[in-house]
Amino acid sequence: MKTKTFIAITLLLIASGCSSPPGTWGWYVIDPSTQNGWNNIKFLLSGFSATIRLSVLAAFLSILIGLVVALPGMSLNRWVRLPSRIYIEFVRAIPLLPMLFWVFYGLPVILKSLGLNIPIDPFWGAAITLAISDSAFTAEIYRGGIQSIEKGQTEAAKTVGLNYLQTMRYVILPQALRRILPPLANQFIYIVKMSAFASVIGMQELTRRANEVVVSEYRPLEIYSLLILEYLVLVLIISSGVRWLERKMGSDQRS
Amino acid sequence: MADTTLAVEFKNVDKWFDDFHVLKNIDLKVLTGEKIVICGPSGSGKSTLVRCINSLEQHNSGTIVVHGKEVNKNLSRGTEVSSEVGMVFQQFNLFPHLTVNENLILGPMKARGLTKKEADDRAMRLLERVKIPEQVNKYPSQLSGGQQQRVAIARSLCMEPKIMLFDEPTSALDPEMIAEVLDVIIDLAQEGITMVVVTHEMGFAKKAADRMIFMDEGRIVETGTPDDFFNNPQTERCKLFLEQILQH
Repeated sequence: MKTKTFIAITLLLIASGCSSPPGTWGWYVIDPSTQNGWNNIKFLLSGFSATIRLSVLAAFLSILIGLVVALPGMSLNRWVRLPSRIYIEFVRAIPLLPMLFWVFYGLPVILKSLGLNIPIDPFWGAAITLAISDSAFTAEIYRGGIQSIEKGQTEAAKTVGLNYLQTMRYVILPQALRRILPPLANQFIYIVKMSAFASVIGMQELTRRANEVVVSEYRPLEIYSLLILEYLVLVLIISSGVRWLERKMGSDQRS
Repeated sequence: MADTTLAVEFKNVDKWFDDFHVLKNIDLKVLTGEKIVICGPSGSGKSTLVRCINSLEQHNSGTIVVHGKEVNKNLSRGTEVSSEVGMVFQQFNLFPHLTVNENLILGPMKARGLTKKEADDRAMRLLERVKIPEQVNKYPSQLSGGQQQRVAIARSLCMEPKIMLFDEPTSALDPEMIAEVLDVIIDLAQEGITMVVVTHEMGFAKKAADRMIFMDEGRIVETGTPDDFFNNPQTERCKLFLEQILQH
């Protein structure tokens, strides 16, 4: 259904470009039948690889950090809970772009003053920023999912001798995962979209490449239209993958 | 030296839920092998008392000793005692993502270090005992309530507990399934394991109990053999309760 709508919109855009007077649309910049148009298309599409690598790495880190933050956040001891709460509130309050600037331009200064000469390239700067920024939300998703599992499950696990980590691993997390997966996948889509910010620190992903072609060709309408379609395709592929995974795990059924 | 004939001992145990005083100065001794049935109106503290034995709840003062070991008041510890004490819950609390077999072998393998083969054998033996060996590879949601509760009993027994606690084991069941679960519990009672059962099934109590305990407002109001308890209740509160519960 979504795929058909998408194709329809694409055709409509292209058709409108062909039939209108040359002043409004100029699809020649990405016309694959001309050498220049084909080069532009190749250049724009080659940003996919970086966007995908960046998003996957950021999501992976975010899922790990989120779990590490979420588990102590559910402790009965409030001193154990406190650092996790502070992390979540603090990270959630920082907009992505300032955090990206801070990590990319600021963090190396701090590292240097600590005697650590670790260069942060745009890829890692963006991946770390996206992961940290997203991990606050991931942690809350974990917490919601884990706390939605009935208390009786933990109690039953305890009565058959399982310790805390065993209870989490064998009883709570497998059940929580089914409830966590859909919102977690949403976060992944969010990361893919937010990865566009990496363009401002010079990472050669989809948006950066689009900007560069716009600057040389002066055809923002056509190129940004294609850019939006690129993200649309990516997100549609991810969401259909998520639906497949949900079906496979049975999280679309009541358990 | 701990008294080896004593399974559970409560000494001056008090517990609050915030401002609510759930258990008031509880003194109770359960002998090894004894079957105790606890009844009383809802909110009287019966479940809380039972849950203090395997530290699902923590008492605020007094001491609880289970087979010579004191139950810790500290919330973060206490697993040591609970693994000797099996528990059957009102809501079964089976693990819904695991098969019957996996439900049964999880504790023995992870907490007791049995091999898969040993655990499987034990699980099958216990499923035969609760009379549902044919359900071994099903998921809990595919079973009836009565079957689920029998699986839950088998799961507890897999840990070879010295004491079995039952917290209203038949309250969530449809009437026609109560008998099959009670039969299993009565069978178990005849095998000499120590049992503490919270229930309103008075027919079961008459058959299986060595001693009845009646609780009201956080206190043990009356205790006695089933004979005395049903035929000759001492307190007005208990008489009233029995009249209400037995009039149907």
